[in-house]
Amino acid sequence: MSDVKTPNTPLWEVFIRSRNGLAHKHVGSLHAADATMALQAARDLYTRRGEGLSIWIVPSHAITASDPADKGMMFEPTVSKVYRHPTFYDVPDEVGHM
Amino acid sequence: MYTQGLSNPDAPAPAKAVEDAGLAARFQDRVDAEERIEANDWMPEAYRRTLTRQISQHAHSEIIGMLPEGNWVTRAPTLRRKATLLAKVQDEAGHGLYLYAAAETLGRSREEMFDDLLSGKAKYSSIFNYPTLTWADMGAIGWLVDGAAIMNQIPLCRCSYGPYARAMIRVCKEESFHQRQGYEIMVALCRGTPEQKAMAQDALDRWYWPCLMMFGPPDGDSTHSDQSTRWKIKRFSNDELRQKFLDALVPQAEYLGLTLPDPGLRFEPGAGDAVKDGAMKDGVRGHWRHGPINWDEFRQVLAGNGPCNRERISARRRAHKDGAWVREAAAAYAAKQAKQKRAA
Repeated sequence: MSDVKTPNTPLWEVFIRSRNGLAHKHVGSLHAADATMALQAARDLYTRRGEGLSIWIVPSHAITASDPADKGMMFEPTVSKVYRHPTFYDVPDEVGHM
Repeated sequence: MYTQGLSNPDAPAPAKAVEDAGLAARFQDRVDAEERIEANDWMPEAYRRTLTRQISQHAHSEIIGMLPEGNWVTRAPTLRRKATLLAKVQDEAGHGLYLYAAAETLGRSREEMFDDLLSGKAKYSSIFNYPTLTWADMGAIGWLVDGAAIMNQIPLCRCSYGPYARAMIRVCKEESFHQRQGYEIMVALCRGTPEQKAMAQDALDRWYWPCLMMFGPPDGDSTHSDQSTRWKIKRFSNDELRQKFLDALVPQAEYLGLTLPDPGLRFEPGAGDAVKDGAMKDGVRGHWRHGPINWDEFRQVLAGNGPCNRERISARRRAHKDGAWVREAAAAYAAKQAKQKRAA
Protein backbone atom coordinates (compact mmCIF):
# COMPACT_ATOMS: atom_id res chain seq x y z
CA MET A 1 0.00 0.00 0.00
CA SER A 2 2.94 2.35 0.59
CA ASP A 3 3.36 2.79 -3.15
CA VAL A 4 -0.04 4.53 -3.29
CA LYS A 5 0.23 8.24 -2.60
CA THR A 6 -1.95 9.42 0.28
CA PRO A 7 -4.24 12.20 -1.00
CA ASN A 8 -3.90 15.61 0.65
CA THR A 9 -6.44 16.82 3.19
CA PRO A 10 -7.11 20.61 3.35
CA LEU A 11 -5.12 22.74 5.78
CA TRP A 12 -6.76 25.05 8.36
CA GLU A 13 -5.41 27.72 10.67
CA VAL A 14 -6.60 27.65 14.27
CA PHE A 15 -7.27 30.70 16.47
CA ILE A 16 -8.21 30.39 20.13
CA ARG A 17 -9.67 32.84 22.63
CA SER A 18 -8.02 31.75 25.83
CA ARG A 19 -10.05 33.89 28.24
CA ASN A 20 -13.08 36.10 28.18
CA GLY A 21 -12.07 39.57 27.06
CA LEU A 22 -9.00 38.48 25.11
CA ALA A 23 -8.68 38.34 21.33
CA HIS A 24 -8.49 35.09 19.38
CA LYS A 25 -4.83 34.24 18.87
CA HIS A 26 -3.24 32.04 16.23
CA VAL A 27 -2.09 28.76 17.79
CA GLY A 28 -1.24 26.58 14.82
CA SER A 29 -2.69 24.63 11.96
CA LEU A 30 -4.22 21.25 11.23
CA HIS A 31 -5.62 19.12 8.43
CA ALA A 32 -9.29 18.22 8.12
CA ALA A 33 -11.74 17.40 5.36
CA ASP A 34 -14.23 20.15 6.26
CA ALA A 35 -14.83 22.97 8.73
CA THR A 36 -16.86 20.87 11.18
CA MET A 37 -14.16 18.24 11.42
CA ALA A 38 -11.49 20.95 11.63
CA LEU A 39 -13.29 22.47 14.62
CA GLN A 40 -13.47 19.10 16.38
CA ALA A 41 -9.83 18.35 15.62
CA ALA A 42 -8.83 21.80 16.91
CA ARG A 43 -10.65 21.08 20.16
CA ASP A 44 -8.73 17.81 20.57
CA LEU A 45 -5.40 19.13 19.38
CA TYR A 46 -5.12 22.60 20.88
CA THR A 47 -7.35 22.62 23.97
CA ARG A 48 -6.52 19.44 25.89
CA ARG A 49 -5.78 21.44 29.03
CA GLY A 50 -8.52 24.05 29.06
CA GLU A 51 -6.60 26.49 26.83
CA GLY A 52 -9.65 28.05 25.31
CA LEU A 53 -13.24 29.27 25.42
CA SER A 54 -13.72 29.78 21.70
CA ILE A 55 -12.13 28.53 18.49
CA TRP A 56 -11.96 30.05 15.01
CA ILE A 57 -11.08 27.92 12.03
CA VAL A 58 -9.91 29.54 8.79
CA PRO A 59 -8.91 27.76 5.57
CA SER A 60 -5.17 28.41 5.20
CA HIS A 61 -5.58 29.35 1.56
CA ALA A 62 -7.94 32.17 2.58
CA ILE A 63 -5.13 34.04 4.34
CA THR A 64 -3.32 36.77 2.45
CA ALA A 65 0.07 37.50 3.98
CA SER A 66 2.55 40.31 3.49
CA ASP A 67 5.80 39.35 1.82
CA PRO A 68 8.79 39.37 4.19
CA ALA A 69 10.89 40.66 1.29
CA ASP A 70 8.75 43.81 1.27
CA LYS A 71 9.20 44.38 4.98
CA GLY A 72 11.24 47.53 4.52
CA MET A 73 8.90 49.19 2.06
CA MET A 74 5.84 48.05 3.95
CA PHE A 75 6.73 49.22 7.43
CA GLU A 76 9.35 51.96 7.04
CA PRO A 77 6.81 54.82 6.88
CA THR A 78 5.69 54.07 10.43
CA VAL A 79 9.25 53.94 11.75
CA SER A 80 10.13 57.44 10.53
CA LYS A 81 7.08 59.13 12.08
CA VAL A 82 8.20 59.52 15.64
CA TYR A 83 5.64 62.29 16.15
CA ARG A 84 3.02 59.55 16.33
CA HIS A 85 4.30 58.71 19.80
CA PRO A 86 3.40 60.75 22.88
CA THR A 87 7.05 61.07 23.98
CA PHE A 88 7.72 63.26 20.91
CA TYR A 89 5.93 66.19 22.54
CA ASP A 90 7.33 68.46 25.25
CA VAL A 91 4.96 69.30 28.06
CA PRO A 92 6.24 71.57 30.86
CA ASP A 93 7.00 69.69 34.09
CA GLU A 94 4.69 72.04 36.01
CA VAL A 95 1.72 70.60 34.15
CA GLY A 96 2.35 67.16 35.66
CA HIS A 97 1.30 63.88 34.17
CA MET A 98 -0.56 64.06 30.91
CA MET B 1 17.91 12.07 19.37
CA TYR B 2 15.04 12.28 16.91
CA THR B 3 17.59 12.99 14.23
CA GLN B 4 19.62 9.85 14.62
CA GLY B 5 18.74 8.85 11.06
CA LEU B 6 20.35 12.02 9.71
CA SER B 7 23.62 10.19 9.42
CA ASN B 8 22.04 7.44 7.34
CA PRO B 9 23.26 6.81 3.82
CA ASP B 10 19.94 7.74 2.20
CA ALA B 11 20.71 11.37 2.98
CA PRO B 12 20.43 13.43 -0.21
CA ALA B 13 23.60 14.83 -1.69
CA PRO B 14 24.50 18.43 -0.83
CA ALA B 15 22.77 21.04 -2.97
CA LYS B 16 24.51 21.54 -6.27
CA ALA B 17 23.13 24.96 -7.02
CA VAL B 18 25.39 27.75 -5.87
CA GLU B 19 23.38 30.06 -3.68
CA ASP B 20 23.76 33.79 -3.51
CA ALA B 21 26.69 34.30 -1.13
CA GLY B 22 25.28 37.64 0.02
CA LEU B 23 21.95 36.07 0.98
CA ALA B 24 23.73 33.25 2.77
CA ALA B 25 25.88 35.67 4.75
CA ARG B 26 22.86 37.78 5.69
CA PHE B 27 21.04 34.62 6.76
CA GLN B 28 23.93 33.58 9.01
CA ASP B 29 24.03 37.10 10.50
CA ARG B 30 20.37 36.84 11.40
CA VAL B 31 20.94 33.43 13.01
CA ASP B 32 23.97 34.76 14.91
CA ALA B 33 21.86 37.66 16.17
CA GLU B 34 19.39 35.11 17.60
CA GLU B 35 16.68 36.22 15.21
CA ARG B 36 14.06 33.59 14.39
CA ILE B 37 13.79 32.42 10.80
CA GLU B 38 10.21 32.19 9.56
CA ALA B 39 8.65 30.03 6.85
CA ASN B 40 8.64 32.68 4.12
CA ASP B 41 12.13 34.01 4.85
CA TRP B 42 15.01 33.18 2.56
CA MET B 43 17.03 30.24 3.85
CA PRO B 44 19.81 28.07 2.41
CA GLU B 45 18.49 24.91 0.75
CA ALA B 46 20.60 22.75 3.07
CA TYR B 47 19.04 24.45 6.11
CA ARG B 48 15.57 23.75 4.73
CA ARG B 49 16.47 20.13 3.97
CA THR B 50 18.10 19.48 7.34
CA LEU B 51 15.12 20.92 9.21
CA THR B 52 12.57 19.09 7.08
CA ARG B 53 14.31 15.82 7.88
CA GLN B 54 14.84 16.63 11.55
CA ILE B 55 11.31 17.87 12.26
CA SER B 56 9.62 15.10 10.28
CA GLN B 57 11.73 12.44 12.02
CA HIS B 58 10.79 14.03 15.31
CA ALA B 59 7.11 13.91 14.32
CA HIS B 60 7.39 10.28 13.21
CA SER B 61 8.99 9.45 16.57
CA GLU B 62 6.03 10.91 18.43
CA ILE B 63 3.60 8.88 16.33
CA ILE B 64 5.52 5.61 16.49
CA GLY B 65 6.14 6.35 20.18
CA MET B 66 2.42 5.85 20.82
CA LEU B 67 2.69 2.16 19.96
CA PRO B 68 4.89 0.80 22.80
CA GLU B 69 2.68 2.56 25.35
CA GLY B 70 -0.60 1.86 23.60
CA ASN B 71 0.32 -1.77 24.22
CA TRP B 72 -0.52 -1.33 27.93
CA VAL B 73 -3.55 0.99 27.90
CA THR B 74 -6.05 -1.83 28.15
CA ARG B 75 -4.00 -3.62 30.82
CA ALA B 76 -3.24 -0.71 33.16
CA PRO B 77 -3.58 -1.85 36.79
CA THR B 78 -6.09 0.81 37.90
CA LEU B 79 -8.51 3.25 36.31
CA ARG B 80 -6.30 6.16 37.38
CA ARG B 81 -3.27 4.61 35.69
CA LYS B 82 -5.32 3.88 32.61
CA ALA B 83 -6.65 7.43 32.35
CA THR B 84 -3.18 8.97 32.76
CA LEU B 85 -1.55 6.60 30.29
CA LEU B 86 -4.28 7.30 27.77
CA ALA B 87 -3.83 11.06 28.26
CA LYS B 88 -0.10 10.64 27.71
CA VAL B 89 -0.58 8.67 24.49
CA GLN B 90 -3.04 11.34 23.28
CA ASP B 91 -0.41 13.97 23.99
CA GLU B 92 2.10 12.08 21.85
CA ALA B 93 -0.39 12.17 18.97
CA GLY B 94 -0.78 15.92 19.51
CA HIS B 95 2.99 16.42 19.59
CA GLY B 96 3.32 14.52 16.34
CA LEU B 97 0.72 16.77 14.75
CA TYR B 98 2.31 20.04 15.98
CA LEU B 99 5.58 18.81 14.54
CA TYR B 100 4.13 17.76 11.19
CA ALA B 101 2.57 21.21 10.95
CA ALA B 102 5.95 22.83 11.67
CA ALA B 103 7.66 20.62 9.08
CA GLU B 104 5.01 21.44 6.48
CA THR B 105 5.91 25.13 6.63
CA LEU B 106 9.16 24.11 4.91
CA GLY B 107 7.27 22.93 1.86
CA ARG B 108 6.69 19.20 2.22
CA SER B 109 3.12 17.99 2.78
CA ARG B 110 2.16 15.87 5.75
CA GLU B 111 0.89 13.18 3.44
CA GLU B 112 4.27 12.95 1.73
CA MET B 113 5.95 12.69 5.12
CA PHE B 114 3.48 9.97 6.17
CA ASP B 115 4.23 8.04 3.03
CA ASP B 116 7.97 8.33 3.68
CA LEU B 117 7.46 6.83 7.12
CA LEU B 118 5.27 4.00 5.85
CA SER B 119 7.62 3.13 3.01
CA GLY B 120 10.51 2.93 5.46
CA LYS B 121 12.32 5.82 3.79
CA ALA B 122 12.04 8.10 6.81
CA LYS B 123 13.51 7.22 10.20
CA TYR B 124 12.29 7.69 13.75
CA SER B 125 14.01 7.42 17.12
CA SER B 126 15.73 4.08 17.80
CA ILE B 127 14.16 3.88 21.26
CA PHE B 128 10.70 2.95 19.99
CA ASN B 129 11.99 -0.26 18.47
CA TYR B 130 12.26 -1.89 21.89
CA PRO B 131 9.36 -3.94 23.28
CA THR B 132 7.24 -3.10 26.34
CA LEU B 133 7.12 -6.42 28.16
CA THR B 134 5.68 -5.51 31.55
CA TRP B 135 3.68 -2.75 33.22
CA ALA B 136 6.93 -1.47 34.74
CA ASP B 137 7.99 -0.50 31.22
CA MET B 138 5.34 2.25 31.34
CA GLY B 139 7.15 3.62 34.37
CA ALA B 140 10.57 3.26 32.80
CA ILE B 141 9.48 4.90 29.54
CA GLY B 142 7.96 7.91 31.27
CA TRP B 143 10.88 8.30 33.62
CA LEU B 144 13.76 7.54 31.25
CA VAL B 145 12.59 7.99 27.66
CA ASP B 146 10.54 11.11 28.35
CA GLY B 147 13.28 12.33 30.69
CA ALA B 148 15.81 12.01 27.86
CA ALA B 149 13.37 13.61 25.42
CA ILE B 150 12.92 16.63 27.70
CA MET B 151 16.72 17.10 27.93
CA ASN B 152 16.81 17.18 24.15
CA GLN B 153 13.69 19.25 23.60
CA ILE B 154 14.23 22.13 26.02
CA PRO B 155 17.14 23.57 24.01
CA LEU B 156 15.07 23.09 20.83
CA CYS B 157 12.64 25.72 22.17
CA ARG B 158 15.40 28.19 21.19
CA CYS B 159 15.99 26.69 17.76
CA SER B 160 16.59 29.30 15.04
CA TYR B 161 13.57 28.11 13.03
CA GLY B 162 10.50 29.83 14.48
CA PRO B 163 7.79 27.25 13.72
CA TYR B 164 9.90 24.42 15.20
CA ALA B 165 10.80 26.44 18.28
CA ARG B 166 7.15 27.34 18.90
CA ALA B 167 6.03 23.72 18.48
CA MET B 168 8.70 22.65 20.98
CA ILE B 169 7.51 25.19 23.54
CA ARG B 170 4.04 23.62 23.44
CA VAL B 171 5.50 20.13 23.56
CA CYS B 172 7.76 20.87 26.53
CA LYS B 173 4.90 22.43 28.50
CA GLU B 174 2.92 19.23 28.10
CA GLU B 175 5.80 16.79 28.40
CA SER B 176 6.69 17.49 32.02
CA PHE B 177 3.67 15.51 33.21
CA HIS B 178 4.88 12.51 31.23
CA GLN B 179 8.10 12.11 33.15
CA ARG B 180 6.40 12.59 36.51
CA GLN B 181 3.71 10.08 35.53
CA GLY B 182 6.41 7.49 34.76
CA TYR B 183 8.44 8.14 37.87
CA GLU B 184 5.31 7.83 40.00
CA ILE B 185 4.74 4.36 38.56
CA MET B 186 8.33 3.43 39.44
CA VAL B 187 7.93 4.78 43.00
CA ALA B 188 4.77 2.71 43.49
CA LEU B 189 6.45 -0.45 42.22
CA CYS B 190 9.57 0.12 44.31
CA ARG B 191 7.47 0.58 47.45
CA GLY B 192 5.48 -2.55 46.62
CA THR B 193 6.17 -6.26 46.96
CA PRO B 194 9.62 -7.71 46.21
CA GLU B 195 8.18 -9.00 42.93
CA GLN B 196 7.02 -5.52 41.98
CA LYS B 197 10.38 -4.02 42.81
CA ALA B 198 12.10 -6.72 40.77
CA MET B 199 9.81 -5.83 37.89
CA ALA B 200 10.91 -2.18 38.18
CA GLN B 201 14.57 -3.22 38.25
CA ASP B 202 14.09 -5.41 35.19
CA ALA B 203 12.54 -2.53 33.27
CA LEU B 204 15.41 -0.24 34.22
CA ASP B 205 17.89 -2.93 33.17
CA ARG B 206 16.34 -3.08 29.72
CA TRP B 207 15.81 0.67 29.12
CA TYR B 208 18.97 2.21 30.58
CA TRP B 209 21.33 1.58 27.65
CA PRO B 210 18.84 2.27 24.85
CA CYS B 211 18.05 5.59 26.59
CA LEU B 212 21.73 6.59 26.68
CA MET B 213 21.87 5.73 22.96
CA MET B 214 18.87 7.98 22.26
CA PHE B 215 21.13 11.03 22.29
CA GLY B 216 22.89 9.72 19.21
CA PRO B 217 26.49 8.87 18.38
CA PRO B 218 29.38 10.35 20.38
CA ASP B 219 30.39 13.86 19.32
CA GLY B 220 33.39 12.72 17.31
CA ASP B 221 31.20 10.57 15.03
CA SER B 222 28.22 12.84 14.57
CA THR B 223 28.39 14.08 11.00
CA HIS B 224 25.69 16.76 11.04
CA SER B 225 26.37 18.41 14.36
CA ASP B 226 28.78 21.17 13.35
CA GLN B 227 26.56 22.71 10.70
CA SER B 228 23.46 22.36 12.88
CA THR B 229 25.31 24.12 15.68
CA ARG B 230 26.30 27.01 13.38
CA TRP B 231 22.67 27.30 12.30
CA LYS B 232 21.57 27.24 15.96
CA ILE B 233 19.34 24.26 15.36
CA LYS B 234 21.41 22.30 17.84
CA ARG B 235 22.45 24.05 21.03
CA PHE B 236 24.20 21.22 22.85
CA SER B 237 26.17 18.28 21.54
CA ASN B 238 24.98 14.67 21.88
CA ASP B 239 27.53 13.98 24.61
CA GLU B 240 26.65 17.14 26.55
CA LEU B 241 22.96 16.20 26.61
CA ARG B 242 23.74 12.59 27.51
CA GLN B 243 25.85 13.87 30.42
CA LYS B 244 23.05 16.13 31.69
CA PHE B 245 20.64 13.20 31.51
CA LEU B 246 22.95 10.85 33.40
CA ASP B 247 23.70 13.40 36.12
CA ALA B 248 19.98 13.82 36.72
CA LEU B 249 19.29 10.10 36.50
CA VAL B 250 21.69 8.71 39.09
CA PRO B 251 20.10 10.33 42.18
CA GLN B 252 16.61 9.47 40.91
CA ALA B 253 17.56 5.78 40.64
CA GLU B 254 19.15 5.94 44.05
CA TYR B 255 15.93 7.28 45.57
CA LEU B 256 14.05 4.34 44.11
CA GLY B 257 16.62 1.93 45.52
CA LEU B 258 17.32 0.60 42.03
CA THR B 259 20.72 -0.18 40.51
CA LEU B 260 21.75 1.17 37.11
CA PRO B 261 22.91 -1.79 35.00
CA ASP B 262 26.27 -0.16 34.33
CA PRO B 263 29.33 -1.69 36.00
CA GLY B 264 31.48 1.09 34.54
CA LEU B 265 29.41 3.87 36.17
CA ARG B 266 31.60 6.13 38.30
CA PHE B 267 31.59 9.61 39.79
CA GLU B 268 34.25 12.06 38.74
CA PRO B 269 34.35 14.67 41.45
CA GLY B 270 34.69 18.35 40.57
CA ALA B 271 36.38 17.79 37.27
CA GLY B 272 34.87 20.97 35.82
CA ASP B 273 34.34 20.07 32.21
CA ALA B 274 35.55 22.57 29.68
CA VAL B 275 32.22 22.74 27.90
CA LYS B 276 31.82 25.44 25.26
CA ASP B 277 28.38 26.69 26.12
CA GLY B 278 28.05 28.94 29.14
CA ALA B 279 24.90 27.25 30.34
CA MET B 280 26.75 23.97 30.81
CA LYS B 281 29.82 25.47 32.45
CA ASP B 282 30.28 23.87 35.79
CA GLY B 283 33.66 24.04 37.39
CA VAL B 284 32.58 22.83 40.79
CA ARG B 285 30.13 19.98 40.53
CA GLY B 286 31.41 16.62 39.42
CA HIS B 287 29.84 14.32 36.85
CA TRP B 288 28.68 10.75 36.62
CA ARG B 289 30.42 8.84 33.85
CA HIS B 290 28.77 5.88 32.13
CA GLY B 291 30.56 2.77 30.95
CA PRO B 292 31.14 2.02 27.25
CA ILE B 293 27.98 2.10 25.09
CA ASN B 294 27.38 -0.71 22.61
CA TRP B 295 27.18 1.42 19.47
CA ASP B 296 26.89 -1.65 17.32
CA GLU B 297 23.46 -2.31 18.84
CA PHE B 298 22.48 1.29 18.11
CA ARG B 299 23.53 0.98 14.46
CA GLN B 300 21.67 -2.30 14.13
CA VAL B 301 18.44 -0.81 15.49
CA LEU B 302 18.76 2.21 13.19
CA ALA B 303 19.39 -0.06 10.25
CA GLY B 304 16.04 -1.73 10.88
CA ASN B 305 17.19 -4.75 12.86
CA GLY B 306 15.97 -3.79 16.33
CA PRO B 307 13.60 -6.07 18.25
CA CYS B 308 10.42 -4.30 17.04
CA ASN B 309 11.26 -2.35 13.85
CA ARG B 310 9.10 -4.50 11.60
CA GLU B 311 6.25 -4.68 14.08
CA ARG B 312 6.15 -0.89 14.52
CA ILE B 313 6.03 -0.12 10.81
CA SER B 314 3.52 -2.82 10.06
CA ALA B 315 1.27 -1.54 12.86
CA ARG B 316 1.47 1.97 11.37
CA ARG B 317 0.78 0.68 7.87
CA ARG B 318 -2.21 -1.29 9.09
CA ALA B 319 -3.65 1.72 10.92
CA HIS B 320 -3.14 3.92 7.87
CA LYS B 321 -4.75 1.39 5.59
CA ASP B 322 -7.66 0.72 7.95
CA GLY B 323 -8.29 4.45 8.19
CA ALA B 324 -8.33 4.99 4.43
CA TRP B 325 -12.12 4.62 4.14
CA VAL B 326 -12.59 7.27 6.84
CA ARG B 327 -10.40 9.74 4.97
CA GLU B 328 -12.22 8.94 1.72
CA ALA B 329 -15.68 9.26 3.29
CA ALA B 330 -14.79 12.57 4.95
CA ALA B 331 -13.43 13.95 1.69
CA ALA B 332 -16.51 12.74 -0.25
CA TYR B 333 -18.86 14.29 2.31
CA ALA B 334 -16.95 17.59 2.25
CA ALA B 335 -17.07 17.66 -1.54
CA LYS B 336 -20.82 16.95 -1.55
CA GLN B 337 -21.53 19.66 1.03
CA ALA B 338 -19.44 22.18 -0.90
CA LYS B 339 -21.35 21.35 -4.09
CA GLN B 340 -24.75 21.72 -2.40
CA LYS B 341 -23.66 25.04 -0.93
CA ARG B 342 -22.64 26.30 -4.37
CA ALA B 343 -25.98 25.16 -5.82
CA ALA B 344 -28.01 26.86 -3.08
